[in-house]
Amino acid sequence: MKIAIASGKGGTGKTFISTNLFNTLQKAGKKINIVDCDAEEPNDREFISGILQDTFKVLQKVPVIDQNKCTFCGKCNEYCNYNAIFFLGEQHVIRVIEDQCHGCGACSFACEFGAIIEKDDLQGTVAQYKISNNSSLIEARMKVGVHSPVPTIKAAIKAASGADFILFDSPPGTSCPFIQTVVTSDYVVLVTEPTPFGLSDLKQSVETLKSLGKPCGVVVNRAGLGNNEVFSYLENKNLSLLMTIPFDRDIASIYSKGELLTNADMEWEQKFNQLFTSITIEYGNSRN
Amino acid sequence: MEIAVISGKGGTGKSSITAAFATMQSNIVLADCDVDAANQYILFAPTQDEEEIYISGFKAIIDKTLCTNCGVCVDFCRFDAIFDIGGEVEIDQISCDGCKLCSRVCPEEAISMVKEDKSRMYSGNFRNGKMVYGRLAPGEENSGRLVNLVRSKAKEIAKANNIETIILDGPPGIGCPVISTITGVDQVVIVTEPTLSGLHDLKRTLEITSKFKNKTSVIINKFDLNSEMAAAIEDYCHSQAISVIAKLPFDKVVVDAMVNCKSVIEFASESLIANLLIEVYQKLITDN
Repeated sequence: MKIAIASGKGGTGKTFISTNLFNTLQKAGKKINIVDCDAEEPNDREFISGILQDTFKVLQKVPVIDQNKCTFCGKCNEYCNYNAIFFLGEQHVIRVIEDQCHGCGACSFACEFGAIIEKDDLQGTVAQYKISNNSSLIEARMKVGVHSPVPTIKAAIKAASGADFILFDSPPGTSCPFIQTVVTSDYVVLVTEPTPFGLSDLKQSVETLKSLGKPCGVVVNRAGLGNNEVFSYLENKNLSLLMTIPFDRDIASIYSKGELLTNADMEWEQKFNQLFTSITIEYGNSRN
Repeated sequence: MEIAVISGKGGTGKSSITAAFATMQSNIVLADCDVDAANQYILFAPTQDEEEIYISGFKAIIDKTLCTNCGVCVDFCRFDAIFDIGGEVEIDQISCDGCKLCSRVCPEEAISMVKEDKSRMYSGNFRNGKMVYGRLAPGEENSGRLVNLVRSKAKEIAKANNIETIILDGPPGIGCPVISTITGVDQVVIVTEPTLSGLHDLKRTLEITSKFKNKTSVIINKFDLNSEMAAAIEDYCHSQAISVIAKLPFDKVVVDAMVNCKSVIEFASESLIANLLIEVYQKLITDN
């Protein structure tokens, strides 16, 4: 079973939920992997330590133009759908804007003069850490400055197969990186906070998941701050409230040090076990 | 002048701080560049005087009546978006990157490209001046182009109305939308929090900002949730010659302000946090 932990709004506690759920299930002896899909700012490794097993580079092809063979016909520029080829035909100026290139290969296909060859461009790295005999952490880490985290996220998700349970700690928002992460999951846990911003972004996530046909449930974090509107929203939409976590300075302090609440407090380990049970029940119901 | 507020890590308080900056004087342009999870309009309920359609990209679709299932497109697609499922060629809309190569190679001209046109940019008035914001449709690519559009609209409005200051609310992360937000602005303010994740994400954010020549400073928000970590962040900033312009205490009044659809300046002008923010803002607009 694959479970994505996501949120529209950043900083609601995705990583907090993912790492504590992973820790709880790992301790219970489940065969489980966690994938840190927040490739722009991966943080799971601050909470879960393990032994580095494997690391690989995520590469994308970018064109290199051989100025000697180029006839400045402009066909590659015309074929590029990303404005990644800067071309001034009359002045015989042609240049690849690597930051805009998506590596689709259209320019190479277009060139009739063999003037375009391709080189590998680093997009990010995927690292696999062994946490216990039954569990691993796979981290997607985008290279600073590249145009998209998506290739790195996809590579990490691919590398994560082979466990009974896989958790995806998703990137924030509802654009491509989020979609790429949740689309491969069976169930999505949306983490929100009871504020107008949290609710607005939750609504957008719920609508998006609905259009993808993904079942989801909600965890409300930092309850007690803000207002109760999120709870009425969940009721109206018939969405299941999987767990409520109060705003608590002690919990915030444990998180801030890179520690896991489920290691510091047995009661919370119990609650995360219950969260997992709720998720499996909800997922089961969604399939009926 | 343009002041951009970014954060790396989500949920550090970027939007609340931006909202405070936007309500300290009466004649301001506020640009919400967090197009994937726009929130400022919730607080300020701006008029929608103008609406512009933003084309975020393209998706390929197959005309089944023309397709012979020859599979040429499958071989050329580099995004694993076209599959041969039991002799039928299908395009996965989620993986499709919109490069158009499949459409170009198809011998039957069976593939056409459709525009992704659900994203919007809005502009209008709010109580302290003018506001521009983008709303990216779920699943569309957040390439930074919509952010560029929001920024040029904001500049155009500022010029037409003789407004000096533009405040930009940036997206989380370190990808293209962030780069688009900070390129060429006068001041970059990074809002962080005293957690291990906050520090990790700040380091990656500073890696991005160091590639630009803007003035960059840091606000440590909720610093008293972990004073030791706040001190570690200060030390790190010091070592990088980045000034920490404010350390703001955790105060529930910030959330209460949001719940009341006000900035903390409007909601609790006498509070310590409001006063600290006024000081910071003065520093930012005079140190130019």
